[in-house]
Amino acid sequence: MHRRVSCQSDQIRKREKIKRMADITKKVVTGNHAVSYGALLSRAEVIAAYPITPQTEVVEKLSEMVANGELRAKFINVESEHSAMAACIGASATGARAFTATSSQGLALMHELLHWATGARLPIVMANINRSMGPPWNIWSEQTDSLAQRDTGWLQFYCENNQEIIDTIIQAYRVSETVYLPAMVVLDAFYHSHTMEGVEIPNQSAIDAFLPQYNPIYKLDVNEPHTFGGLTSPEWYYELRYKIQSAMDKSIKVIKDTAREYEKITHRKYGLLEEYRTEDADMLIVAAGALSETVKEAVDLLRQKRKTRIGLLRIRTFRPFPKEDIKKILKNVEIVGVIDRNISFGNEGIFFQEIKSALCNEKIKPGIYGFIAGLGGRDVMVEDIIGVADILAKPGNKKDIVWVGAKI
Amino acid sequence: MGRGKDMKLSIPEIEIMSPGHLACQGCGATLAFRYAIKALGKKTIVAIPACCWSVIDGPFPYSSAGVPVFHTAFETAASTASGIKAALEIKGIGDVNVLAWAGDGGTMDIGIQALSGAVERGEDIIYVCYDNEAYMNTGIQRSSSTPQGAWTSTTPVIKYKKMPKKDMIEIMVAHGIPYTATANIAFPEDFIGKLEKAKTIKGPKFIQIISPCPVGWKFSSHLTIKIAKLAFETCIYPLYEVKDGIYKVRRPNKKKGINEYLKMQRRFSHLDNSEIDNMQRWIDSKWQNLIEKEARSVPAEKYESPKSTKETKTTDIV
Repeated sequence: MHRRVSCQSDQIRKREKIKRMADITKKVVTGNHAVSYGALLSRAEVIAAYPITPQTEVVEKLSEMVANGELRAKFINVESEHSAMAACIGASATGARAFTATSSQGLALMHELLHWATGARLPIVMANINRSMGPPWNIWSEQTDSLAQRDTGWLQFYCENNQEIIDTIIQAYRVSETVYLPAMVVLDAFYHSHTMEGVEIPNQSAIDAFLPQYNPIYKLDVNEPHTFGGLTSPEWYYELRYKIQSAMDKSIKVIKDTAREYEKITHRKYGLLEEYRTEDADMLIVAAGALSETVKEAVDLLRQKRKTRIGLLRIRTFRPFPKEDIKKILKNVEIVGVIDRNISFGNEGIFFQEIKSALCNEKIKPGIYGFIAGLGGRDVMVEDIIGVADILAKPGNKKDIVWVGAKI
Repeated sequence: MGRGKDMKLSIPEIEIMSPGHLACQGCGATLAFRYAIKALGKKTIVAIPACCWSVIDGPFPYSSAGVPVFHTAFETAASTASGIKAALEIKGIGDVNVLAWAGDGGTMDIGIQALSGAVERGEDIIYVCYDNEAYMNTGIQRSSSTPQGAWTSTTPVIKYKKMPKKDMIEIMVAHGIPYTATANIAFPEDFIGKLEKAKTIKGPKFIQIISPCPVGWKFSSHLTIKIAKLAFETCIYPLYEVKDGIYKVRRPNKKKGINEYLKMQRRFSHLDNSEIDNMQRWIDSKWQNLIEKEARSVPAEKYESPKSTKETKTTDIV
């Protein structure tokens, strides 16, 4: 009897899987086009964008989708990234789902308006392709551009592969529109942007059910006139800032809930963090972005060849920073190496600082060391990660910050 | 004298803007908005960048505008308005005017890039620059709209502004804008008429309205209208429009000398006679130039987009 039930449910599962497979389109796409498909599936209504390497393909593809009617949206060919964000702000304030994408210098130019989008509580979603800042000119991967926008009040998600990029854009809209904060979906220059990977394009009707049309509580509406962002005295401004922080706090649960809902339709689960082989680990590497796939390979190798009990903690959500989850995970670990493809000059890697500050009041905490790697798109190889593990495993005093593979 | 049956207002009676705003006494920019919103009506959404109107509108949670307002960053009036218009279009809302309402600094200096972009793209928005000829909200600093000879807090008397005012209307004409005009708060019928015309024209519209500022120009607040009128009568601020390349200039009954206009404003009090004579010559030549432009202006050629390549007969190519 018992067996028969299980047999039946197996069949149902199998049938569901077949049904699901029929709904899914498989494509081989670059990370840039993954972004475009994410915006398409999210039914972005206004797209305003300005070209910058390595983001250009995102908006080329989107302009094509709009031109051929695949995506019902207005595409505004603005004259700068500053205007791109301003147009997104205007559109979002009028109740449209707005999208843009940029990188590096373009993101820096937007900086003023990133604050504006947050203060106006507009759920704009933007893809940022991590690229170094000039000078000298360099178009390759580095996280300093997006991390420099840390304090603008944008949610920040760091993706590991092209599938995650599509899935994150869609989820970002749902999270943003729930907490009324803008979101940045971050991918790596070239490692993602120009690298093709096989991805599943989720079914549109499933996404439509998951992400209904954006319908804000307040918008620019002639039938119900409101003024937005007018002069506000210290009497009120302070509380408005508290509300933004509360929304960020709330977003932690919203991100988790959204991930669960998304898993139901795609069977792929994403959360604030990803733990890779951490269950028995006493050594952890912390990383974000494309780099973490290399770390996973190194972890497998070290576990197999040297029996090192090593794992990876991948930071997927940088804002809100998942402090509580990080504390829980790092509690059981002896030593942690944080690999930063970024730097805050005069101090250290930015993820490194954040991890340390999350643990500062914990009674039991691991030794935490910082590693700078891969700035300006320098390749970080599996051997480099093994080198990091070697440094961590070596007893005795360690340098607070190590420049991996630098010719210094 | 009561308001008898026969009394007929020459401008719309409806008052959309409310009292209780935060403008200074005698503010020209406040009158400008009051007239503008009479002309455009309640079905208007306004984008206001950093300017006097960021304050005039009223402190949170109050607003005197009477229509939806989005306060935006200094250089983004035109780009924010473009986004608002795009959202309305995608939502199928076609009967709402989008008004970008900016000062001269936000238009001619920091916002010129976004404005140029929006006009080149042909955005269907109305952009009004209320021109008080300096950064008044921050305390009378020089802008590119400050006229030659004027004192400002960053062009002190010993080094007053030597360069002439930026000619924004000509910059707009050079963009091939469908409609651009100057206006004057002392001539509300003219301003309202121009806005009503702008409403009917598809594409970008740019109107620049002189809005005297008692604090910044240093005159007594009861003289605002008088000074604005003189700006027209002396031809230092001509009233004209350019529609599809055709200039239409409104002439004063009698062109007055600039002296009277300058003497009423202490921002020009350091100018000696030779400097005033120089300025008069410059105004005369600009005015003459404008009249000539009007005389020789011909309709702008309508740009027709090339036919789609799909329609090209391939047989023509051998």
